[in-house]
Amino acid sequence: MEIPDTKTNEKEDTRNVRKISGALAVIEALVAEEADVIFGLPGGANLAIYDALFDYEQQLKHILVRHEQGGIHAAQGYARTSGKVGVVFATSGPGATNLLTGIADAMIDSTPVVCITGQVFAHLLGSDAFQETDIVNMSMPVTKWNYQITNAEEIPSVLAKAFYIARSGRPGPVLIDITKNAQLQEFDYRGYEKCHHIRSYRPRPIVREQYIQQAADLINTAKKPLIVWGQGVILGGAENEFKTFLEKSGIPGAWTLLGAGAIPSDHALNVGMLGMHGNYAPNVLTNECDLLIAIGMRFDDRVTGRLDRYAKQAKVIHLDIDPAEIDKNVKATVPVWGDCKETLPLLTSLIDKREHKEWLRQFHALYKEEFETVIYPELNPVSGEVTMGEVIRILNECTKGDAVIVSDVGQNQMTASRYAKLNHTRSKVTSGGLGTMGFALPAAIGAKYGAPERTVVVIAGDGGFQMNIQELGTIMQNSLDVKIIILNNRFLGMVRQWQELFNDRRYSFSDMENPDFVAVAAAYGISGRCVSERSELDGAIKDMFNNKGPYLLEVMVGKENNVFPMVPQGAGISEIRLR
Amino acid sequence: MIKQDSPRKEYNLTIYTENNVGLLSRICLIFTRRQINVESLNASPSEVEGIHRFNILIYETVQGMSKLARHLEKLTEVLKVYYHTNENVIWQELAMYKVATNVIEEHVDVERLLRRYGARTVAIRKEYTVFEVSGQRGETDELTSVLQPYGLIEFVRSARLAIIKDSEGFNRKLREFDGIV
Repeated sequence: MEIPDTKTNEKEDTRNVRKISGALAVIEALVAEEADVIFGLPGGANLAIYDALFDYEQQLKHILVRHEQGGIHAAQGYARTSGKVGVVFATSGPGATNLLTGIADAMIDSTPVVCITGQVFAHLLGSDAFQETDIVNMSMPVTKWNYQITNAEEIPSVLAKAFYIARSGRPGPVLIDITKNAQLQEFDYRGYEKCHHIRSYRPRPIVREQYIQQAADLINTAKKPLIVWGQGVILGGAENEFKTFLEKSGIPGAWTLLGAGAIPSDHALNVGMLGMHGNYAPNVLTNECDLLIAIGMRFDDRVTGRLDRYAKQAKVIHLDIDPAEIDKNVKATVPVWGDCKETLPLLTSLIDKREHKEWLRQFHALYKEEFETVIYPELNPVSGEVTMGEVIRILNECTKGDAVIVSDVGQNQMTASRYAKLNHTRSKVTSGGLGTMGFALPAAIGAKYGAPERTVVVIAGDGGFQMNIQELGTIMQNSLDVKIIILNNRFLGMVRQWQELFNDRRYSFSDMENPDFVAVAAAYGISGRCVSERSELDGAIKDMFNNKGPYLLEVMVGKENNVFPMVPQGAGISEIRLR
Repeated sequence: MIKQDSPRKEYNLTIYTENNVGLLSRICLIFTRRQINVESLNASPSEVEGIHRFNILIYETVQGMSKLARHLEKLTEVLKVYYHTNENVIWQELAMYKVATNVIEEHVDVERLLRRYGARTVAIRKEYTVFEVSGQRGETDELTSVLQPYGLIEFVRSARLAIIKDSEGFNRKLREFDGIV
């Protein structure tokens, strides 16, 4: 019988064990997960974590934001451009509740974020202690997972789970609430082990080959197929697989707001944006196609319009990683569950190489109509007030389509999404599902850290910009090279548009008296300029890019311009209005 | 939403989960968000050690039910959701009745009634006697209404417990989740 050398084993064990604080274990976890940038704001309940962070300047960059909402939007922006998990720190109470809007935003837009909140001492839980709030219950419906740690020994394994859940399958936000005693507690730390499996959590559904075959059969016999793709293609890192599929099939493809950029804007088979303010052709022809191939998109109501008038004539193939999306809004003839990085190549191998020239001509004819009625006059006005569209046109001339465009919400967002030229994936960051005004400025901060080599441009309205205007301070402190364009129409523009069209121009509380944005920027040490004349616009945008460092350009645009085309709420998608 | 033209039916949900703090809230939030009233809810251990089993009774349409089940399965701590109409489960509820002891002594028909419903005596005190009956909703309701005239002091009924007729239990499925099968 072999006698195990217990003495050596014990020695080895103790060598790998060290006494550290819970707070330090948090930092060790972040280093192990390669979370190179953290956005956050310290407070009473996360002081210990910040104290541990103080010694890790070399491994972890921490960006001090001015408000926790700015912190989480920055983490989202970081996740969206880098493809990594964004991390945000907040203290208990108001620190934690200030995260909620961003958490809800990340949930509906499937953005991987880990939020680490401080919490009062465990013995004070439930006592209405200073800055105590039940953030775990509050964030439950808007997190993919959340958990409260009251014992430091749980920190390594729970954080490993948090990162795994946030990034795997359909990504989303995870919140980990850590009580102060757990942060301070010294425990036997045995190192950090990444999580790769949780038995009750199955992020990747099993791909069923019979559905791939059925889908391929439908594609091979379709006469007027249409691809509608969403952010799933980008989240799955399946841009190349998608392009191969698109090009072999020869099928026109249209994108949702968050799918923008997965295929370059000028690709011959890219027929434009879907939905309420999307392009005319894909909306109208959705109701004429005989096969709709939905890839990594969720048939949001802003994309479908009235569901009982949406693609009723078409068979539907739905590729999605989230089984709950299949049949949720639109019934799938063939459901293809799975990661599209895995399913698309399988599908590509089974389809015939085809061209759909006649069908594409229909798209081109409708595009021509939209171009003449809407696009050309919007992008190339010769008289009257400056339009949002011409700002984007000049921006495209400067960026050549290589910049990251971070748009806010409303008219500025729709105009930027419709017209911004995108050559690369992960180039369009915006709040899609939640429509969070105030998203763009902090998201751009994160976007820049996620893609430091790229030019990052904020497109915001005067309303939304003021919702997180304080993050100019974060830009200042870090001399962050972010270019900011405010499209100022002195209105909550999209609200005003709806009031004009549907409420007889009763502009109920949508007009705005604004500060001098350039002076505000100047107070933060950020250069800027305001233009209202068309003749100055081109030079002003070029100056913005020639200026080193952050810059704020305020453009006074037409007060009562509308974004068209538009599908009125409650209308079918093909009832899209050009004017 | 897909037009929900089918009628709402009674559905018995069987949810296998990890046994974690807060999971009940997570599950209930999904019902609340969809404005579904939970008719009955029971949480208990299951046939597999360490695995929890929820029995939940709701009224829902066929289409609504399948969406709901997928939504519940999205919860990271939920292992599996099954749902069945009443024909496909064996179900029981437990009811308890407290009646004044002298009523039983004085009214022989009360004793007869209790015997007819298969009531079992749980406790006999000078002032009161407690009976339990397990059965289906209609039966326990009926006994409640016939006892009312005799002065029913307290009545309580448990959540519905349901066993799936066509099920081999969760052991094999769990091995699949563990990646063993």
